[in-house]
Formats: sequence, C-alpha cells, structure tokens
Amino acid sequence: MDINRLNEIYLDILKELVNIGAGNAITALSTMLGKRVDMQVPTVKILEFKEVSDIFGSPDTVIIGIYFDLDGDVKGNILFALDLSSAASLIWNLMGILANGEFTDLEKSALEEIGNIMAGSYVASLSTLTSLNMRISPPAISIDMAGAILSVPAIQYGEISDKILFIETQFIEGEKLIKGDFFLIPNINSFDRILKALGVEVNGK
Amino acid sequence: MENKIYRVGMADAKVTQSPGILTTIGLGSCVGIVLYDPITKISGLVHIMLPYSNKISDNSNKLKFADTGIQFLIDEMIKLGANSKRLVSKIAGGSQMFSSKLNSDIMNIGERNVTATKEVLEKIGIPIVAEDVGGNYGRTIEFYSEDGKLLIKTIGYGIKYI
Repeated sequence: MDINRLNEIYLDILKELVNIGAGNAITALSTMLGKRVDMQVPTVKILEFKEVSDIFGSPDTVIIGIYFDLDGDVKGNILFALDLSSAASLIWNLMGILANGEFTDLEKSALEEIGNIMAGSYVASLSTLTSLNMRISPPAISIDMAGAILSVPAIQYGEISDKILFIETQFIEGEKLIKGDFFLIPNINSFDRILKALGVEVNGK
Repeated sequence: MENKIYRVGMADAKVTQSPGILTTIGLGSCVGIVLYDPITKISGLVHIMLPYSNKISDNSNKLKFADTGIQFLIDEMIKLGANSKRLVSKIAGGSQMFSSKLNSDIMNIGERNVTATKEVLEKIGIPIVAEDVGGNYGRTIEFYSEDGKLLIKTIGYGIKYI
C-alpha cells in the first residue's frame, strides 16, 4: 500500500476524511476564539519531495510547526504548519498581544495550545468516523526553516512513497487570512486499517 | 567562468566542477553529504532522507537513501573525471526538529541518518573531513568547489564554515 498506488476512490475517501477533520478543527478554533471563523474549502495536495519545501515560498522561510504523535489503533503523527503572520494573527485574537516576529515562551505555549485543540478535534472526528481509537501526545513546537520542519513529515512519507499528502486549510477571521497546513501521517499499517474501517477494500496487497 | 549555483532538493543530487556551488536549503532531519576530489575539484552533493534502501519496500528512488545515494554520487563524479581514491566528504544535518517522548524511532531519524551515512562512507573508505550534525535546528548549506569550503547557515545558531 503506498500513495503512488492509491487509486482515485481511495484518494477521494482520504480527501473526505481530512476535510471532515479539518472542518472540525476550525470549528474548535472558532469556539476557542469566541469568534466566527470562515473556512474556505480545504485542498488536498499531493506533491513530490522536491516541491514540498517550497509550499511556504522558499525552503528557508521561517515557519511554525506544531507536532503530535498519534497513538492507539492508528499510529503515526500530525504536523500543523503555519506561517509567521498567521501565527501572529492567532496570538492577537487569542491573547490580544501583538507579536512581532520573535515569539515569547508564553506566545509559543499559546500556539501549542491552539495546535493542541485543533489537532485534538481533528483526531476526534476521524476517530468517530472510523471507530478506531486514536489519541495525540502533548504538542511540540519548532520555529525554523520550512524545509527543515517539513522534512519531518516528508521523511515519514518517504518510507512508503515518493510523494507526500497533506491538506491546506485557509480560514478568515475578521479581515485576516490565516493559512495553515495539516499533515496527517499514519504509518503504513495504520493507513490500511483506516481504509478497512471505512469499508474500503485494499487490493494489490 | 561564473560561479553557477546548483540547488539540491530532498532526495536529490547534483555534481559540479570548480567554481560551481552546490546548495541545499533547509536541511532538517535529512543529511546533506558532500563528496569532493581536491585535485580535480569535482564535487557532488546528495540530500538523503532515510538510512538504508534495503530496509524499505519502495526503494526505487536511489537518492532517498544514504547507501544508494552516496554510491550514485560517486558514480556520477567518476563520470566527470574524479578519482574515487581521492574523495573526501563533509556532512551536515541530521537534527531532531521536534522533541517528543513517543515514537522514538521516528523522532531519532536524524541520528539514524547520520549513523548510516558514517557507516556507508567508512565502508567505502571515504574520510569525513568535517561535519556539523545533530542539534534541534535547521541548516542551509553551500559548498564551494573552488576551495572545498562548506558554509552552514542557521536561524539563531549562527553562520560558519567547516
């Protein structure tokens, strides 16, 4: 089972799965901010490794990555990546603090918490949908070059494929456009397990 | 002759001659491996993501792994006229971008990449003349085939030549 061999049906199911997850995550964010958040239709992207580090412009663009281990019936991990201005907007909305490029420890832990709530509701919705038990670890944050942060999901996809699958969500709070990318990375066995739980027959292997 | 810059992406490799410059931007847990023939100044850079090709079922992409990636680079450099007996190496990367307690196998992939790289180079008999590996931060590297220097740039951890 690898991404290269995923046929259209599987891909549609995966897209739907991550769409639902992202939708729930945005709802959770909206509740936390106490404000209406409009989500644009999330787009599922499948890219070659060479293209991955360019999704935030250049591979040396500084971004924020919030990482979670995924454990239970489905093992793997989740990475939520966002650019600095989106992060500053979130902090402003949550705390009323104007962050300027450098983030304090307090602001970093606020971002971890935002990631935690979003990833938590993301996973909860997937868990309900598949009836599989999933839980996430506490968040770990890194602020560094996009290429370096995105190498983490890329390497894990590298074990099963030459491509990487992720979902890009854009949401608008007030007048601010906030852009975030979700990487859901189930390990190989878990990938099959998710599809089976959804009643999809996995052929070829 | 202008100093042409060749950019190497993930699971990618390039070779050049002096005064060409080889760069890879935003190395995380991956490892950037530079091979260099000091006499002909033929150099190569491969950006590997995983340790050994035989541990993975889908190993068609040779540049993804330390073992097959290094071998590919040697072959390409010999084609350009490098002498395999003279080759030396410089390596960078292999950091742990996120600290986490679970799934330690996944999290220490940077370290495993560095270990595999060193094992492969030792087996072939290519000395490592400089290295900047580990830590928990990203690196951008630039190799100057003219003088064999490797520039390492980081966010918040300085800039240096090795």
